[in-house]
Amino acid sequence: MRKPRLLYVPFWATYLFLYAPIVVLVGMSFNSGGSPYSFDGFSLKWYGELAGNADIRQGLVNTLIVAVGATVLSTVLGTLLAVGMARHSRSKALDAIGVLPAVLPDLVLGIGLLMFYVWVKMELGLRSVLLAHAVFGMAFVAAVVRTRLAHADTSLEEASRDLGATPVTTFFRITLPQLAPGIAAGALLAFTLSVDEFVIAFFTSAPTEPTLPIVIYSMVRFGVTPEINALATVLLAVSFTVVIAAQRMTRLTESLS
Amino acid sequence: MTRSTRSAVVSGAAAKTRSRRSRASARLVFLGPGLAYLVAFLLIPLALLLSYTVFRRGRFGGVVYEVTGENFTRLLDPLYLDVVLGSLKLATIATVIALLAGYPTAYLIARLPRRWKTVALVAIVLPFWTNFLVRVYAWIVLLSGPGLLNGALGKIGLGPYELLYGQGAIVTGLVYSYLPLMVLPLYAAIEKLDPQLREASANLGASPVRTFFSVTLPLTRSGVVTGCLFVFVPSFGNFIVPELLGGGRSIMVGNLIRDQFLKARDWPFGSTLALALLAVLIVLLLLQAWSARRA
Repeated sequence: MRKPRLLYVPFWATYLFLYAPIVVLVGMSFNSGGSPYSFDGFSLKWYGELAGNADIRQGLVNTLIVAVGATVLSTVLGTLLAVGMARHSRSKALDAIGVLPAVLPDLVLGIGLLMFYVWVKMELGLRSVLLAHAVFGMAFVAAVVRTRLAHADTSLEEASRDLGATPVTTFFRITLPQLAPGIAAGALLAFTLSVDEFVIAFFTSAPTEPTLPIVIYSMVRFGVTPEINALATVLLAVSFTVVIAAQRMTRLTESLS
Repeated sequence: MTRSTRSAVVSGAAAKTRSRRSRASARLVFLGPGLAYLVAFLLIPLALLLSYTVFRRGRFGGVVYEVTGENFTRLLDPLYLDVVLGSLKLATIATVIALLAGYPTAYLIARLPRRWKTVALVAIVLPFWTNFLVRVYAWIVLLSGPGLLNGALGKIGLGPYELLYGQGAIVTGLVYSYLPLMVLPLYAAIEKLDPQLREASANLGASPVRTFFSVTLPLTRSGVVTGCLFVFVPSFGNFIVPELLGGGRSIMVGNLIRDQFLKARDWPFGSTLALALLAVLIVLLLLQAWSARRA
């Protein structure tokens, strides 16, 4: 069949569109001058400034506290919920509620949780952000684990039950080991989403304890500086490494099984 | 009945009760914690949001528990209605552009050799996994007055243009942010398509254009619908892109909602706007379900 040559125009345009801003961003982070618009020579000075920026460091610490806590909470709750929904319930309504946090606009979840925290008189801070992030983290963990459960061999669980094991024993000895890769993938997803999350944190955090995305937001609003380019480059490098490593790992596990 | 059989029947019944009881407790152990969490941190907040739409705002923020319909009548004020309609327009334009760029891209990715397919797909997803604010920031650098695009245009004797702070910049930012969400479902749908169907159509004398519109496009409709939803939904409720690229005025419904909560401190009206946002999205999801059932 004839190759549709004309289609290569939008194809390459898409990749150019996706990567041109990233290339510019990274390039300008090595600028020796103070303008993010004209390149005056190579320098690492903005990375030095970045390392010395206390706001960013504090934001990073806050983000990691929130992300680790939210990941632990959402992994435990999400895994239990996935097993419960797949093995101990046939409720369609429950399925719908389980995916709701993942499909609900973050703005709606953010203001809803703000209203909730004010209503129950909970002080806003890292704790309120952590609890908020666990809501959608849990939905994503549950979704990933459920896909894994759908492919899991149920005859092993049946055998365990027939041999007299309680559901709890069966869960820990049979189901959990089978689900481990799915749980790990779900936890990684929950962690990444929490680190990157801005809108919900924006509504549920205290001004004195901003997460990193909120620090970036105030920096960007304040003005454009090469320091933000340096920060953006570091963040890009981290997420590119994580995504490519995750890709490699999936391929590795796929080739093993 | 001998004693042994009787005891066997009794213990069998006991085992049945025991297993029923253990099944009920298993349900509680597995479903209980997650469900309790969802009720507290999802359903109650949503119920609060719904209930606030019928109350009056307090003089200094907060809420007065007096039932009123004024939030809904205010929604019909052209001042606010225009913002909602404007957001619909911008999100629709962004979705259409993403579809026009995403479809050929997904189509070609699906026809690449296996090895390159993975590379091309990862390259589509990579930008999406980087911080959202960073991606929007990149466009400030590119589009602003002394920015790089104007610099490049100046070299060929054009401009400078006011590229930032307008609807064009907002649409660009939205397309840039959510294009990967368009390409992935399209790719999944096109990949599943049997190439023999296209060949058959070509063999029967149909032109490539005819084949596309009467074979390829109808068979990948589910991917088109899903991709459009994935781009439209986050675009419609967005407030970061319009704020950073659109110049900080309340141009989209997301900014309006944010302002009601953080500036005007009118939570009841903010909730009503959020409900309007949700209503639009629910209508779209119902349309998608309807289109899926028809297919």
